[in-house]
Amino acid sequence: MSEAVLAVGCWVLAVHRPKPRIREHPAPSTRLHSLIRLVLTSLLPMGPSNDEASLVSRLQSGDNAAFEELVRVYGPRLLRIARRMMQSEEDARDAVQDAFVSAFKSIGKFEAGSQLSTWLHRIVVNAALMRLRSKRRRPEEDIEDYLPRFQEDGHQVESSVAWNESADTMIERAELRDLVRSSIDHLPETYRVVLLLRDIEELAADEVAKILGITTNAVKVRLHRARQALRAMLDPHMRAHAR
Amino acid sequence: MSASASVDCREMITFLADYLANEVPFARRRLFEAHLRICDSCVEYLKTYEETIRMTRVATQVEVEEMPEELVKAILDATLRR
Repeated sequence: MSEAVLAVGCWVLAVHRPKPRIREHPAPSTRLHSLIRLVLTSLLPMGPSNDEASLVSRLQSGDNAAFEELVRVYGPRLLRIARRMMQSEEDARDAVQDAFVSAFKSIGKFEAGSQLSTWLHRIVVNAALMRLRSKRRRPEEDIEDYLPRFQEDGHQVESSVAWNESADTMIERAELRDLVRSSIDHLPETYRVVLLLRDIEELAADEVAKILGITTNAVKVRLHRARQALRAMLDPHMRAHAR
Repeated sequence: MSASASVDCREMITFLADYLANEVPFARRRLFEAHLRICDSCVEYLKTYEETIRMTRVATQVEVEEMPEELVKAILDATLRR
C-alpha cells in the first residue's frame, strides 16, 4: 500500500512542480505540493543507513581505516561544495582538508541518528567561510550601484527588457558560465556569502542566519540585494547576445 | 509594506523575493498580480530575476567523481599520521 502511495506521490511531484505564476495566485498548487511532500516524508525511511551507522561507530572507536573510507566516500561531495564556494582550486582543497581535520577531531561528538552527510556539509561550509574571511579580497563593488533606481512616481528609471539567454542555453556555453561565476565573485563579501549559502548550497534562511550570526531578516534582505546586483551585472551581457 | 490600494514598480521590486517565496499576505498579493498585468517592465524584471537564480545554480555546478589522491594523502597526513 505504502509503495503505491509513494509511487503516485513521486509521479505527482514530478509532473506537478509548482512554478511562480505571474498572473494568478499559486497557493493551491503550492499547498498540494506541500501536502504530497508531507505524505512522502512520512513514508520514506528517515535517518542514517546501516552502512553509515556502522562507519560512524568505527570512526568513534578510532579505526583509522574507517577515517580513510570517510575521506574517500564523502570527499568528492565536500570538494564539490568547496569548489562552489572558493575561487581557486587550492583554496577549495585547503577548505576540504580543514573540514576533515575538524571532523576527525569532533567525530566523538557526532550524535547517533544524525546524517553524516549533513554534518560534514555544515563542517565544510564553515571551513570555507573561515578561509574566505581570512583572505584579503580585492576592492569590492559598491552594491548600491547595482540596485534598481526609481522615479518619484515609483516607476523604474530604466525599463527592464527580456534576456536572450537562459540557464538552459548556458549549459552549452562555457563563457556564460564563466561570466556568471566572475559576477558572483564581484559581489561584496557580505552579500556573496549569503547568496552562496542560500541559492547555491540551498540552506534555510534561519540556518544561514545562525552560521553568520545575523538575523533571518538580514539574510533575506542581503539575499534579495545580492540577486538584484547579480542580475544587474548580467543584464547588459544577456541582452547583448541577441539571436 | 504600505497599505495603499495599489503597488508601484518600487514596491513590486522591493518585495519581489517575498512575493516569489509566497510570503506576501493574500490581499497584497492580489495587488502585486494586478501590477504585473499592467507593467511589462516589472514582468521582465521578475523573469530575469528568476533566471539569475537559475543561472547561479547552473554556473556553480561542479562535478567531482573522486578525490584527488594527493588531497587524500594530505588529509590523512594531517590527521592519522601526525
